[in-house]
Formats: sequence, structure tokens, C-alpha cells
Amino acid sequence: MHSWISISLGDPRPLYLQVIEQVKRRVAVGDLPPGTELPSIRELAAGLKVSVITVKRAYLELEREGVIATRQGKGSVVAEKPGLQSSIQESELRDHLKQAASLGLLLGKSKTELQKRIAEVYEQIQKDEK
Amino acid sequence: MTTELGNSTTTELAVSMVGVSKSYKHFQLQNIDFTVERGTVAGLIGPNGAGKSTTMRILMGLVQPGAGSVSVLDKAISSNDAAAKQDIGYFSDDMRLYKPETLSWHMQLVRSLYRDWDDVYAGQLLDRFGLIPQQAIKGLSHGQRVKAMLLLILARRPKLLILDEPTNGLDPVAKHEVITELMRVVEDESRTILYSSHNTQDVEQISDSITFIDRGRVIASSNRDDFLEKWKCIKLHAPESWTLPSVDGVRLESSHRNLHVLSFNQFRGELPVQLQTPGVVIESVESMTLEEIFVSSVIRGRQEG
Repeated sequence: MHSWISISLGDPRPLYLQVIEQVKRRVAVGDLPPGTELPSIRELAAGLKVSVITVKRAYLELEREGVIATRQGKGSVVAEKPGLQSSIQESELRDHLKQAASLGLLLGKSKTELQKRIAEVYEQIQKDEK
Repeated sequence: MTTELGNSTTTELAVSMVGVSKSYKHFQLQNIDFTVERGTVAGLIGPNGAGKSTTMRILMGLVQPGAGSVSVLDKAISSNDAAAKQDIGYFSDDMRLYKPETLSWHMQLVRSLYRDWDDVYAGQLLDRFGLIPQQAIKGLSHGQRVKAMLLLILARRPKLLILDEPTNGLDPVAKHEVITELMRVVEDESRTILYSSHNTQDVEQISDSITFIDRGRVIASSNRDDFLEKWKCIKLHAPESWTLPSVDGVRLESSHRNLHVLSFNQFRGELPVQLQTPGVVIESVESMTLEEIFVSSVIRGRQEG
């Protein structure tokens, strides 16, 4: 049941963030097309064996970000919004870059140095894939 | 307990304790304020001897508190008669089944005493717990006995489950079976579970609220993800002249030469930057596990108290 999401206590991030991320990823890759009904909060909580509050928080956040829509008394569905898939991918990329940039800032790296490092990693991955 | 997520205007409480105290010769339960909202799972975590069982016995009316007020399923505990207990399922390791008799014999007995006993559900539980009704209790392993007791409690569909260390001593598979079953219970939003353990890992995943108790006092109460977001551990290198910054909720966990490990229980995103005084190099900002947070809370609480 609900095997499209898996959460891990070994992952140091809060569980609700893991749920959010995985729902978004399923939407981004097209596994959950717009209009797809999502399980109710209590169903998903029981299926994942996480607390109701975890799923509730994830759904509220997904709704706030416009990824899902909740209709009174009818449960939640994947939002029917043009460009949803690409906007999720875009925001995921921005989040990762932001993380890398703040770590760089914390370690006292300059903007040019960070740019250079990203280019290096990019080239390395291209090389490895060949 | 307040949450910013609750969109219902009234939160009904399944359990409420206000200013509850109880004194024994060598142990005191001190001024316990504790509530559990209906339809939620509440985890009570504490080291052995912290007061978890005493708290639960007070809720069951098995121990009379010295002070304070207790209400369970909207009834004051003093009037908590047999009728009220129809709606409560209590599990404790002290409880004994009758050894020479079979599980099936016990099921018939409980069935005759409780009006809401559900035969179909009992059958499903037998199946999912892998229990054989014809087997005598004396032949059961510890895990099977725990599951048999839980079956007898669950199948009468109580509105409130008060489970004192139900997963203690269970192997990982039995633990998984029990937790799966408990989550099925709260699919019905009118049912509530209060669950104690000395092990954070047993309760953290399924609990809507987690309360830490130690030495008879409540030391912290929140939900898992809020605990994880508020508590962080920062490692930093600092010059000799460095002193612990005066930031709310900071504690020096350990020092090795000029490497210091600090824990924070009121973490904010801008904190690492604030700590970067001249000469200070931050090595890492790390999340803590709930177990680490629990241990640090207990130690902080003991040092303050």
C-alpha cells in the first residue's frame, strides 16, 4: 500500500519534508498526473506508519505551494495547473543550489569560487557518464 | 499542546492531567500537566523509573493522585467506574493471562465482558499477529504473549488505548506488526492512543505528540518534526579566548582542544552566522536524532533541577 512513498527514520530530515519531497517527485516525473486522487490523511498515515500530524503538515504545505488541491469533503488531488511538473523541477533545482550556496557562504567561499566549483562538478559528471 | 496545523476550532481531549502530583517514599510525580487530543497518538518517553507507569496508573484510576485533576474521556477519574472502563484498553506488562488456558478461552471471556467485542476484527488480528487460538498461554513466547494481550484489548474496540511499554522486548518483526496495527486503529479519528516507551525509536514515527518525562517531571513536549527542527548540533573551531555565546537554549556538549560541540534547542537559520565571531570556524550544522534530543533534554533538565 502506498509504496510510491517511502520514508526513513535514518534520514535526518523531518518526516513531513520527506513526504513533501516524494509527492513532488512523483508529480514531477509524471507518476501522479494532474487530477489524481491522493489518499486521505489518515489512510496515508496508516500506510506509511507515520503520525497523522506528519501527513497533515505535508498536505498543508503541498497545498500552499499549489502542488495539490483540497476540496472540502472530497479529499486532495494533484493540482490541475499548467506547467506544474516543470515548476516543481525548477524549484527543486533552486533548493539544491541554495543549499550549496549557503554552505559555500558559511565556509567563506567567494561567488567566483563557487561558480568555478559548480562548473568543475558539472564537467566531472559529464566525463563520468561517457 | 498547541499546533499551528489544527484547523478544527475545538480540540477535544481524550486525556487531561492538570497539576497532578503523587508522593512515594523514594519517588515523586511532580505537578504533571499533560493532555492528549482525541484521534491522536501520544508517546510518553522516559528512562526507567521516570514515572511513566505511575502516570498511566493514575489515568486508569489504579493509583489516586495526591493533588491535581485528572479527566479521561470527559469523565473525572474519581467517577471512573466500570462503565467508563469499557471504553479504555489498558496494557501493562504486569498483567497476566491465565497460563493453563488457551487464547481462545481468553477471547470468549473478554467477549462476554465487553459489549463492543468484534469477532471479525479478532479473527483478523489472530491472522495478522500469527497467533493460534487453541494454543495454551504457557506455551507462548514473550512476543506472542504481548500480541495475545493486545488482541484481547484491541478486539473490544476501546476509544482510548493506554499502553505501558507495549513494544518492550519485542523483536523487530513483532514490533512492526504491533505498530502497523496501532496505526490501523487511528485510521478511525475518534480513537486515541497513549503509548509509553523508554526507547524513542519505538514511538517517534507514529506519535503526533511526544512528551519526555524524567524523575517525575514533564521536561519537554512537542511533535517529532518540531523537535528535529528546533534542535541542532553545531561543531566549531574557536580560538583559546572564545567563550560560550549567550544564546537562548545553548549548551556545550563537549570540547576537545579548540573543537567545540554545541547543542541548541531553539535553533534559527541565522544562528550559524551569528556564531561566526572573529577566529571562529564552523565545521558543521547537524540535525540530531530524537534519541540525542531526548538524552540532551534529560541531562539539561537534571542540571537545572
